Amino acid sequence: MTVSTSTLRIVWLYPDLLSTYGDRGNLLVLAHRARARGIDVEPMQVRSDQHVPHGADMYLIGGGEDGPQAVAAERLIDDGALAKAAEDGRPVFAVCAGYQLLGESFYANGRCYAGLGILDLRSDRGESRAVGEIAGEGIPALGIGPITGFENHGGRTHLGEAVQPLAHVSAGIGNEGVTEGAWAGHVIGTYMHGPALARNPRLADLLLSWAVGAAPGALPPIDETWPERLRAERFAALAPE
Amino acid sequence: MSANLPARAKFATALLRTAAAMSRATGRGDGSVIGGRVGLIVEPRLLELLADGRHVVLISGTNGKTTTTRFTTAALEAIGQVATNSFGANMPTGHTTALAKARKAQYAALECDEHYLGQLLDAASPKVVALLNLSRDQLDRAMEVTALAAKWRQTLQVSAAQTTVVANADDPLIVWAASVCEKVVWVAAGQNWTADSAICPNCGNHLDRFGEFWRCTNCGLNRPSPQWSVAPAGEAVVGPDGRRYELRLQLPGRINRANAATALAIASLFGVEPGQAAPRLSEVASVAGRYARVERDGRQLRLLLAKNPAGWLESFDMIEKAQPVVLSLNAREVDGFDTSWIYDVDFTSLVGRKVVLTGDRRTDLAVRLEVDGVDFTVAEDIRAAIGQVAPGPVEVVANYTAFQDIRAEFNRVN
Ligand SMILES: [Zn+2]
Repeated sequence: MTVSTSTLRIVWLYPDLLSTYGDRGNLLVLAHRARARGIDVEPMQVRSDQHVPHGADMYLIGGGEDGPQAVAAERLIDDGALAKAAEDGRPVFAVCAGYQLLGESFYANGRCYAGLGILDLRSDRGESRAVGEIAGEGIPALGIGPITGFENHGGRTHLGEAVQPLAHVSAGIGNEGVTEGAWAGHVIGTYMHGPALARNPRLADLLLSWAVGAAPGALPPIDETWPERLRAERFAALAPE
Repeated sequence: MSANLPARAKFATALLRTAAAMSRATGRGDGSVIGGRVGLIVEPRLLELLADGRHVVLISGTNGKTTTTRFTTAALEAIGQVATNSFGANMPTGHTTALAKARKAQYAALECDEHYLGQLLDAASPKVVALLNLSRDQLDRAMEVTALAAKWRQTLQVSAAQTTVVANADDPLIVWAASVCEKVVWVAAGQNWTADSAICPNCGNHLDRFGEFWRCTNCGLNRPSPQWSVAPAGEAVVGPDGRRYELRLQLPGRINRANAATALAIASLFGVEPGQAAPRLSEVASVAGRYARVERDGRQLRLLLAKNPAGWLESFDMIEKAQPVVLSLNAREVDGFDTSWIYDVDFTSLVGRKVVLTGDRRTDLAVRLEVDGVDFTVAEDIRAAIGQVAPGPVEVVANYTAFQDIRAEFNRVN
C-alpha cells in the first residue's frame, strides 16, 4: 500500500449548519478506521464563516434543515474550494441536505436553489417524508456490498447521465424509491444520514483508499466484529417475518 | 379553586377518575392518559374548567422538566396542596387528570410537553411559565428545534401577557423565545450542550461566546443578566438580592442544581421564601424512578434516565468516578426509531471504566463505543448486565423505554 500523505487531513464542512443527525459520526468512523491502519488523521471542522481549506485529503458534509441548507449552498458556491477539490479528485462524501446541494439544483423553503453542480443530479420535493431504515445493493463497480442506513428527508433526487447511483434500493426510498445516492469520480452522496459509514465499513474504506491513493481493497483488514453484527441486525430487522 | 364546576364537568371528572382507577387496577400504567381522555370527551373544556381559579405554573423544556416540576411541587407544598402530573403524563390528558385528582389543591405545578405549551397557556392561564432548555430530541418525529423555539416565541407573545416567565439565560433559543414577554425572571441554568445554538435564532448570524456570556454581533441578542444562579461550587443558589441559599440535594449533577435554582425562582413568585423552599428540595430522593437506588445481588444500582444527546452528556456529568456503568439503549416508537444521535454524544469520558451495554440497540452502542476507544462488554438484559459487574455501586444510564424496562425489573421503583 502506498500512502500519499503522512497525515490524512479530513475536513468536516459546516457542522454549525449541517449536523442534524449525528453527522460527526462519519468523521469519527473514518478517523477510527484510518488510525487502526496506522494512518494519522487530522480532523478539521470548518464553520460556515470560515474559508474551506484547499488541498485537504477528504471533505465531508452533513444533513440539516432547509434554511441552513440554502445558506450552506450559497457560501460554498461563493467560496469555490469544495468544487475545486472535487475537480482535483479529492474524495467528497455528502449526506442528505449536503448531498442535495452538490447537485445542479434543490428545493428548500418552497423555492428552487442552485447547487454546486459537482454532481449531475436535481432534487425536488416528494409527496411525503421518507423516514425509516433504508437498505439496498451497492452497485458492483464500487465493491461496497449491501448498504444499510437510516433516512429522514422530504426531497427526491433525479440522477443525470454523468453520475451513477450508489445503490439500488430494496427497502426505504433513497433518491426516488429505486436508486439511492450518487457517485461520480471520488464524490459520493447519500440519503443515509448521520453515521452512514458506521453501518457501511466498506464504503468508509473506499473513501479512505481514495484519500490515501491506495487501490480499493488494499487497506489492511481490521476487526469488523461489531460493525458486522450491527449490519446483520439491521438487515434482519427488515427481513419479512 | 374549582369548587363550582358545572354539572357536565363534574360528571366528566367522575368518569375520568373511574377510568383512571380501572386502568390502574388492570395494570396498564397509572391511568393518567386514559382518564384524561375520557374526561375530555365528555367535557372538551374540562382542563380549562378544572384549572380555573387555581395558581398554575407550567414547566417545559427538552430536559429536566420532570425533576423541576417535582422540585417546584416540593417547594409549593410549603404553602398548600399542589396538583401535579407526577407520573410524567405531560400532555393535556395528563394535566386534566392531575387537576381532577386534586380538586382542592389551590396550586398546580404541571410539566408540559414542548409541543403542547401553547395549548396549555390558553387552557390553564398559568401565573408562571418556566422554560428550561431546548435541544434535539427524537429527531425522526419532532420538529426542528429552532422551529419549536419560534413557535414558543409566537405563542408566548399571544398568550402570555399576564404571565411571568422564568427562563434560562444560558440557552439562546430560550432567551429568544422568552424575550417577547414583559415579565421575565432569568436563571443561569447552564448549557452543556451548545450544538443546537451555534447560530443566532433571531438572525442566523454566528453567536460569539466568551465563557458563559454569549451574544450576536449582528442583531444584538445576548445573554441577559440572570437574577438567579448556582454558586460556582454548586453548594448554594444565589438569589436576586445576592443572598445564598444552601443546597443539599440528594439528586446528582450540575443540571439538578440548575433545576433547583429554577424551582426556587418559581416558588418565590408564589410567595415561598427560598430559605423555606431550599430544604424541601433536599427531601426529593428520586423522581418517577429517576435517580432511584435499587439493590440486586450485592450491586447497588442508581438509575439515570437520559433521552437525548444533551441528557446523556448531563448523565455522564452525574456518574461517580470509577464506578462501573451500564448503558441501555432502545429505539422503540417513543424513543424515536433512529439511533444516529448517539454519534452526537461524546463517550470518551467513559474510557477506563467497566462499561456494560444492553437494551434492544446495544450493538449500535457497541459500534459507537469502539469508535471512541471505550472498552465494553454486552449483556442480553439488565439482569445479565448486573452479573457482569463486581458487587458494589453501579451507575445505570438508559433512554426512555430502556429505562422503563429496567424500572419494571425493579417493580416500577419510584
Ligand atoms: Zn442575531
